[in-house]
Amino acid sequence: MGLFEGKKGIVLGIANDHSIAWAITQQLFAEGAEIGFTHLPDKDPARPKNENKVRKLVDPHGAKFVIPCDVTSDEQLDTVFEKTEQEFGKIDFVLHSIAFAPPADLTGPVYRCSRDGFKLAMEISVYSLIAMAGRAQGLLNEGGSMLTLSYLGGERVIPGYNLMGLCKSALESAVGYLASEFGPEGKRVNAVSAGPVKTVSASGVGDIKKMFQLYETFSPMRRNITAEEVGKSSMFLLSDYASGITGEVLHVDAGYHCVAAPPLDAFDEK
Amino acid sequence: MEDKIISIVSEQLSVSKDEISRESNFIDDLQADSLDLVELGMKFEEEFGVSIPDEDYETMKTVGDAIDYIKQRENA
Ligand SMILES: NC(=O)c1ccc[n+]([C@@H]2O[C@H](COP(=O)([O-])OP(=O)(O)OC[C@H]3O[C@@H](n4cnc5c(N)ncnc54)[C@H](O)[C@@H]3O)[C@@H](O)[C@H]2O)c1
Repeated sequence: MGLFEGKKGIVLGIANDHSIAWAITQQLFAEGAEIGFTHLPDKDPARPKNENKVRKLVDPHGAKFVIPCDVTSDEQLDTVFEKTEQEFGKIDFVLHSIAFAPPADLTGPVYRCSRDGFKLAMEISVYSLIAMAGRAQGLLNEGGSMLTLSYLGGERVIPGYNLMGLCKSALESAVGYLASEFGPEGKRVNAVSAGPVKTVSASGVGDIKKMFQLYETFSPMRRNITAEEVGKSSMFLLSDYASGITGEVLHVDAGYHCVAAPPLDAFDEK
Repeated sequence: MEDKIISIVSEQLSVSKDEISRESNFIDDLQADSLDLVELGMKFEEEFGVSIPDEDYETMKTVGDAIDYIKQRENA
């Protein structure tokens, strides 16, 4: 029997087949979960490309619903959680795999970041978790949990990660506070801090090819991680196998987070 | 290969194949946004086993540009 047999939940953050949320969803489906999904609203109803991309992935697995949600809208978030309650009653998991910063504010130095760009990045990348937690709290079963995706650039400086680093700092702080508030009810909140994965969002922050090189040369395992590895570890944190874990930021990064200096041979002449 | 590229564009942008020609401009005619373009680039890289540097994205304004670019890359 799968780990998620009889478990129900929602996933926010699939854009396409590269999305980390999709890698996690595949593991959840494999373990028997029943899942509802959201997609970014489509501008042109005649060409629902966002909806189509999500449906193409999840419909063959029997997705319970696929509805639009822009996390900057309280109304749309309300609708998602109303739909969730209608469909499932109580739920066991909520996956938050969402981040955004306006490209101009993200690619420039932090000191050039605009007021509006900062607000929007924080709203979509951090407040959205809080807004979802508020709506999920009453719906989550005891033992249920929430999971978000973070990156090491929120703990320490990773040049190029810039504004998103500030967002991830705040996000990880929110994970702790939410864990503390959910804890007495037996509900958990965690984060996975993933190494670089080739996604549309990742191509917005710095040079992804250089990041892959960095992890290949400096990380203890001398390689990059795969989306599938992030999927499996994330599924674990959402599952009952992690019933004693909350407020945790689990690094799925080939060990990169633990080193403070490159390997001794890193600067040798090749 | 042209066919394959047009299929990818059609699927990614939810536009039917007969609305797509070599002359179609991704942004003006097919209403692609910047995220769509990044996604298209990733699909092309996967399908054709080429690596497309960021600065080359700007040279691909139309479907024809993309076809020519990938042909030239594959032969290189
Ligand atoms: N790719 C990496 O290298 C990496 C590493 C560590 C952490 N992460 C984190 O993983 C998460 C998922 O990113 P990804 O890499 O899978 O890229 P992605 O582009 O596939 O996913 C980002 C998602 O955010 C959604 N989104 C953006 N603005 C939104 C809004 N206003 N309302 C609703 N949804 C919105 C997008 O639709 C998309 O589904 C992000 O939090 C990202 O920071 C990514």
